[in-house]
Parts: sequence; C-alpha cells; structure tokens
Amino acid sequence: MKQFLPLAGLAVLLVCVQLLTQWTGTTYYLTQLTMSAYYSVVIIGLCLLMGYAGQISLGHAGFFAIGGYMSAMLTTRNLITFQDQDWMVLLDKIGFLAARQDLYGEAILSFQPWAAAIIAVGLAGVIAFIIGIPVLKLKGHYLAMATLGFGIIVFRVFLASEIFGEADGISEVPGFTLLPGVTVTGSFGARVSNYYIAWTLVVVAMVMLINLINSRVGRALRAIHGAEEAANATGIDTAGYKLKTFVLSAVMAAVAGVFLTHYNGGIGPSEAGVMKSVRYVALVAVGGMANIWGALSMGVILNFLSLRGFFGSYDDAVFGAILIVIMLFAPEGLLRLNLVAKFKKMFSGGSRK
Amino acid sequence: MKKLLSTSLTIVAVLLAAVSFLPPAAAQAETIKVGAILAVTGPASFLGGPEARTLEMLVEEVNAKGGIDGNKVELIIKDSGASPEKAISFAKQLIEEEKVFAIIGPSTSGETMKIKNIAEEGKTILLSCAAAQVIVNPVAKYVFKTPQKDSDAVRKIYGAMKDKGISKIAVLAGNTGFGKAGKGQLAEIAPEYGIEIVEAEVYDKKATDLSAVVAKLMANKEIEAVVNWSIVPAQGILAKNMRQAGWEVPLYQSHGFGNIKYVKAGGAAAEGIIFPAGRLLAPELLEDGHPQKALLLEYTEAYEGKYNEPVSTFGGHAYDAFKILSAAISKVGPDAEKARTAIENLKNFPGTGGVFNFSPADHNGLDIDAFAMWTVKDGQFVPYKQ
Amino acid sequence: MTSELFLQYIFAGLTYGIIYAIVAIGFNIIYNTTGIINFAQGEFVMLGGMIAISLNPLMPLPLAIVLAVLITMVVGALIEIVFIRWLDKPSVLRLIIITIGISILIREAALHIWGEGVRSLPYFIGNEVSSVSIFGTRISPQVLWVMGVCTIMVILLSLFFRYTLMGQKMQACAANRTAATLCGINTRNMVTLSFMLSAGIGALAGCVMSPITYTEYGGGTGLAIKGFTVAIMGGLGNSMGAVAAGLLLGLLEAFSVSVVPLAFQDAISIAILLIILFVRPQGLFGRSETAGLREF
Repeated sequence: MKQFLPLAGLAVLLVCVQLLTQWTGTTYYLTQLTMSAYYSVVIIGLCLLMGYAGQISLGHAGFFAIGGYMSAMLTTRNLITFQDQDWMVLLDKIGFLAARQDLYGEAILSFQPWAAAIIAVGLAGVIAFIIGIPVLKLKGHYLAMATLGFGIIVFRVFLASEIFGEADGISEVPGFTLLPGVTVTGSFGARVSNYYIAWTLVVVAMVMLINLINSRVGRALRAIHGAEEAANATGIDTAGYKLKTFVLSAVMAAVAGVFLTHYNGGIGPSEAGVMKSVRYVALVAVGGMANIWGALSMGVILNFLSLRGFFGSYDDAVFGAILIVIMLFAPEGLLRLNLVAKFKKMFSGGSRK
Repeated sequence: MKKLLSTSLTIVAVLLAAVSFLPPAAAQAETIKVGAILAVTGPASFLGGPEARTLEMLVEEVNAKGGIDGNKVELIIKDSGASPEKAISFAKQLIEEEKVFAIIGPSTSGETMKIKNIAEEGKTILLSCAAAQVIVNPVAKYVFKTPQKDSDAVRKIYGAMKDKGISKIAVLAGNTGFGKAGKGQLAEIAPEYGIEIVEAEVYDKKATDLSAVVAKLMANKEIEAVVNWSIVPAQGILAKNMRQAGWEVPLYQSHGFGNIKYVKAGGAAAEGIIFPAGRLLAPELLEDGHPQKALLLEYTEAYEGKYNEPVSTFGGHAYDAFKILSAAISKVGPDAEKARTAIENLKNFPGTGGVFNFSPADHNGLDIDAFAMWTVKDGQFVPYKQ
Repeated sequence: MTSELFLQYIFAGLTYGIIYAIVAIGFNIIYNTTGIINFAQGEFVMLGGMIAISLNPLMPLPLAIVLAVLITMVVGALIEIVFIRWLDKPSVLRLIIITIGISILIREAALHIWGEGVRSLPYFIGNEVSSVSIFGTRISPQVLWVMGVCTIMVILLSLFFRYTLMGQKMQACAANRTAATLCGINTRNMVTLSFMLSAGIGALAGCVMSPITYTEYGGGTGLAIKGFTVAIMGGLGNSMGAVAAGLLLGLLEAFSVSVVPLAFQDAISIAILLIILFVRPQGLFGRSETAGLREF
C-alpha cells in the first residue's frame, strides 16, 4: 500500500493548486495544466516502455496522433448524406451516431464521441500489436530507426490524406460527454471540471502503472531490461512482456490523444511530427528513465512552461539544451540525483583523491 | 562540477515553475494590449518571421508618435512554431490572462481554424494572416483576415490562361495549408473557365528537388501550362527543374510567389513566371494618386531600412492587420465591441494587400481588383501584359 | 515509359541517391570508430552550405568552399571533444539522445544566425537554366558536379582507409577498440578524427548540392533521416553498402513518382526500410554477425 501514498499526496496537491488559482483569480493557469496532464499520460506510458522494459520508441507521437486524428475525423465527418444507407441505420441502432448542429446551424450527423474514442484507441492498440511483433525483435539503433520510421509514416499519411485535413488538420471537434454533465471541452466555462477530468485520467494511469511495476510483470520487465537472454533462459516470455508493454503504452498515448483533441477542439499534423516524439523521449529521460514520478513531474513542468510560451522563440533550443545537459551530467534523471549524498561526495570525495 | 550544474538546474526548474505562477502585474489603464500568435520559428517561419518583424516595427513607430490617439500599444508576440496546440494554448492565454484587445495572426490556416471558435467565445477580435477562405466563410463575428481570397487569385490566373487559349493544365501544390486551400479552389473553379486539370501532385514543403515529378508531367504531352500553388522555397526549385529539363510550357504561380527572395533564388529560371499578387511588389510603378502608392512606398522604405531585407507580401498581411485595427481604434476608441463594428464598417481603406471594404457579410474586404498579374523580367517584378 | 522519361528518372534518382549515400557514409565513419549514430550528421551538411554561402561574397567560390569544409570539420571536432570524449562507457540510448540534442541546438543556432530564409551558392558552371544533353535528356551541369564530387569522395575515402596509416588505425579501432588501444593507437584521437572526417564530407556535399537544393536552417533533419535509412539498408558500418543502398533508394524514390502520388513518397520509402529491417535487420549488404555485435 505504501507505494500509493505519493498518489494521495498528488491528489491533495492538485486540489490545492486548483483552490490557489481560484483564490488568486488566476484560474487560467488550469488551461495549460490540463493540456500538460494529457501529455504526461503519454510520457508515463513511454516511461514504462523505455525505463522498465528498456525499449526506446521514437514514434510515440504517432500513436497519440492516431488516437486524436481518428476520433476527430469520426466525430466531425458529416455522414448526413448517407443517412438512409443500411450500414448507417445499423450504426444508429447500436448508438454509435449522434446528430447535432454546428455553430452556423448546419445539421451534422457523425459518430458519437464514445464510439469514436473506442474505435480510435482500439485501432491504435491493434496497430501497436501488429507492428510491435516485428519491431520489438530489433535492438539498439535498429529499434530506434524502426520506431522513428513508424512515426514518420503516420505523420506522412495524416499530412497527405484529404480525409484528415492535410496540412490544416481537423477543426471544430465537438466536446466529449463522458458522463451526463461531465464533458471534455475547451470552452472557458468548463475549465475547472476539465482540469479534474484530465488529472483523474493521470491518477488512474499512475495507479495502473504502479500496480504493474510492483507485480510479477514489473519484475519480469526489469529482468528484461537488465539482461534479456538471461531472462529468457529463466523462462520469462520476454517477447510477450515487451509486446504487452508496447501495446499498453501505445494505448495510453492514444487515449491522451483522444482526450486532448476533444479538449483543444482540433488536431494538426504537428502532433504527429518527429520533434514531438523526440520531446516525449526527452521528457522521460529528464525524469530519469525508470522513474514514473520523475517523468510525470518533469513532463508537467516543462510542457506547462512550453505551452505558456515561456521560452519564446527558443522553445526547441531549450529542449535540445536540456536533453544534452541531463544526458551529460545526470543520465539517471534530475530527480534521481540524491542531492545530499552528491554534495557530501563532492566535498569529501574531492579531498580524498 | 557536474553535480553543481545539475543541482542548480533542478533549483532553476523549480523556481521557473514557481515564478510563472505569480499573478501578472495589473495592466495600466491607457495601454492597449495587442496579442500576436505567429509562426516565428518552425516550418512556417518564412511567414511568421516577416510578420513579427513588421508588427514590432509598426508598434515602435506608433508608440514613438504617442500611441493611437494617445493610447500606447503593448505588443505581445507568441511564437507558435506553426503548432495548432500551441496556438490554442496561446489564444486562451492572451484572451483570459493578458486580456488583449485583439489578436493578430496566426500565420497558417490550420492554426487559425483551431482558434476561430476560441476568439468567438472569448469575444476577442482576431485578424488572421492566413489565406484559406474557410476562415471567413462562414463568417464568425469576431474573425477577420487580411490576405486576399484564393478564389480571386485562381480567377485571375484562369482568366489569363483563357486569353492565351490554354485549356489543359497540371497543378502542383505544397503540402501546407496555403497549398491545400489553393488546390481546392483551382479544382472547383476550373470548369467555369473551361479548364481541365490533367495532372495534380502535392510535394513536401521541404522538397529540395522536383526533377522526377517534372519528368513525369513533361511526358504528358497534353499539358499546356503548369500552375504551382505554394508559399515555400520549392517554387523556385520547380522553375529551375522545368527549365533545366527543357520544358517550355508557361509556369503560373500563386500569390505566394510575391517575394523577391524567391525570384532571386530562382535566378534565370524565374524569368517569365506569371502570377497574381497585390501591388506591394513594385509600388514605384503605380500611377500617382493610386490609393495604395504612398503607403506601399512608406512601408517598403521603413521595413527595408530597418531590417535590411526585402519586404514580402507576408509581412504585408500583418501590416494590414495592424493598420486596420489602429484605424478602428482611432475611430471609436479602445472599446473592443465598438472596434469590431468599426472594422465591419471600414470602407475604402488602403492596405498592402489592396483596398479593403469590409461588411458584416465580408470579413476579408478584398475583391479581385486587389490582384494584378505580374511576371518576372530581368530579375524584377513587372506587370504582366498579354 | 519512353526511354527519355526513363533516363530522366535515372538521373533524378542518382542525384538524390549519391547525396543520401554521402550522408550515410558520414554516419558509418563515426559508427565504425565509436558505435555512435550521430543524429547531427544532417546538420553538418547544412552548416557546410551555410558557411560557404556566407563566405562566398568575400572570396572566390573554391576558397569559400574549402574554408567552409575546414570550419565544419572544426565544429565536428569540437562537438566530439565537448560532448562525447569524456563520457565513461555511455549507453547507446544516452548517445542517441545526446546527438539528437546536438542536432536540435545546431539547427536552432543556425535559425538565429542566418534567419529563416533560403540561400544558395551560385551554380558552379552556367546558371539556373543551363543544361547539358546526355543520351537525349537534359540535365543541369550541377547534377554532374554533385555526382562527380561525391564519387571522388567515395573513392578517396576507400583509398584512405585502405592505404594510409591513419586510415588503417581508424579501421583497427572499428574492428576492435581494445586491441587497437593495446597496439598503441590513441583511440580517443581516432574518434575525434572520425567526427572531423564525417563533418568534412558532409560539408562538402552540402556545398555542391546547395545550388540545386538550396540551403535552409532546417534542411539537415530530413537528410539525416534519409541518410540513416540508407546506412541501415546498406548495413550499418558498411560504406560500400551505403553507396549501393543510397543509389537504390534514390532510384526507388524517383521511379515511385510514376505510380504513387508524390505526397506519399516519403511514407513509401520508409515503409520499404521497415520491411527490410524486419526481414534482414543486418541490411541488404551486411553480414548477420555484425548486426548482432553492437546492441544496447
């Protein structure tokens, strides 16, 4: 139970932050905190894959984009011209369709967000499973290249397909009503509730990951990371564990993509770009690879600052610099630095030599 | 040493996070805050760069003269890097936190479409510098745009083709929002002019060589002309590849070509390219008394003097946006609601893109006369004559 | 397909292909001596072009190019000395991330130094419209320059590795680092040298291709990805394989234009790479044991 204590702390902190912004009249900070929360879901999922299973992925923005783009496409594509076709009647019967009006009064018949989300996340999971089988047989640079290549293909397909809006992406994505009265939407009035929706998702993801890491699976993963052949020899189904972790982290990225797209009201090709994937890897590295708390906190802080335009025109440069500095001086991640011990070592260790 | 560095880095990160939580200083009553969301870096930086520099120059000028009717202007430029998610975050930030009077930008259509509803909900004037017609069609109450209509550019080009008796064409477009919108208009309007699009291709915005696709198109002997719709440097590359391959069909470009840098980059291959554009390209050729002449000359001189680089039509879009906003403010004072109506009622207002005539149904305000047809001769823009 | 069109595709493909091959060889030189994939390889190409363009107004073109290559080599050496040299047994992952970071930093620095506009060197012979006729198709003389210079570079490099002492020392490092150290070779200096060499050939390629492709601050990333693709297709570390794979990929891209829309070109070439990775991870021309040697 001990491992869940920090989560309780996190929950308290979240409520405190919300109350603090309320009290100081600065609730607008919640906008970027909400967006950062969704990105952190991708980051902690990737942390499981990279830090615990030891598999790099330079293509996770691809899974995020598959989730976001599919749900955006399904919820905005107007199917009203097909409404008398048999398959549409069938879809309508099982509750997959929703009719609404857009801002300008045009009638739109499209997929219901729940249905769209399930299809989008399911698709991401299936794709992850299919490409995961051959990709995870690769190692080192080959694995990096294969995942990078996957990301590029996803990016290119979205950028070149008319159905996904080409360079403009998809706009005017409606809100996602999770439960009656609980809607994922970017409108100014729903900010506080969306802050809690996003962070609830993060907490749920954290509970799941912590459970996983401390279970048989987690031990198996660490064994794989340490010495795959040895793990294999002791009868651990390494390929199976790696694949499951890969699919899980892809699904988490896709879920984040679905939610953030509904929150933002749209998605563009930049979400699928190589730089985005590199950013996710960077944030996991900064947090300390096998440290989901580090990944979570660094992910939130740096995304928060970046989304507020804190670094101005030096946004990418700052990320590059952080990457290098962390990897050179603190490859275990910032939060792994045991500061007190390091200081002691610095003063005593220096004189001994 | 390394430990020190990493320790201090942790502290800095924590401090940064803390500092950004402090409430912003209360705005002074007499300053007008103008936000700008521009792609200063990233894949659309050739748009956002000149736009940002133009705005900085204009605001400096206005404040040196004491502001708009005595109201100083504070410009807040946010660099979106052409990422919609950042544009969304910045739009919300500017509207709620900075409580800006109006937002200029974004540079690209994709970003603009993402924040159209945010501006509408936040009741904040948005003056987009992006081209796509969907930005103002359907009309949203608070959303305007300054670049000319794609459809008018297409009509100008098709008109010139018809005069030459061209009816079968190939269309090339860059994979940007600009290219996408133009490609759509080209296909839609073609039947009106009895023109048939025989081949259509989209190339990457970072394309560095198009000789393979040129070879493919060249093999199709039906093609009588090529239309290229993009704002990226590949416009010059296409011209070079066509001429090197010895393909002599006329090359028409979009109004995205209106940038002397591209002509220089195209060198001898740019000769003879025909394209529609506003009159910013060669203001000295306009007859005296033309409503745009004085301001075009002034903008050109000021910008080129300050930044030591040629003006571009892209910077012109930001120029127009700022001038339209200033005109509205000096008419009705710093009141956003009234200023919005004032923009809608702005008539015969000369800008770099043309003479603007806004109305509640037309939030672009430019018509086909905003364009003139140009061609390149001896490395210079000259008016195109049949 | 007419023979004229066929030849035009061939030339277009060979032009890309040889450039990809040069970038891939740059990857291989560093990979062989260090086991590092230097993701900043594309930036060397961009830097070479940019520096030469900045120097060109001040001096004759050949001198500007020579200086640009030398300056880029110094940059390459500095990168190795500042960021790589003193690391103690770094993991592959750590090195991948560091070189990605370096590539981002160089790109952003170039943006703030040279601005967002495109630049280019003048054509070495003739201008933008001049062309030469070969077997009935017309191509730019600059294309011949690119092919010529790149081919000479490949030949010189292979001679260097085979016949000079320095080259043999570097090869020794590649074969077995520990053994090389035991034989008295300063492996650290060899690593620095490999960075200089690959920066230099990248920069030269950047100069000769600049009139055709233009030079732009962000141009390195795309090249690095293509170069990496080619390096893997040819078998990591195998420079002759890289040349063959580069030409193959170039031709493939050129001919793909005739069957698939241009917008999907990159997706197709990367998909082919993925298939190769799945079926033959050691590359088309690599031996399987080399692929197994270097892992995490």
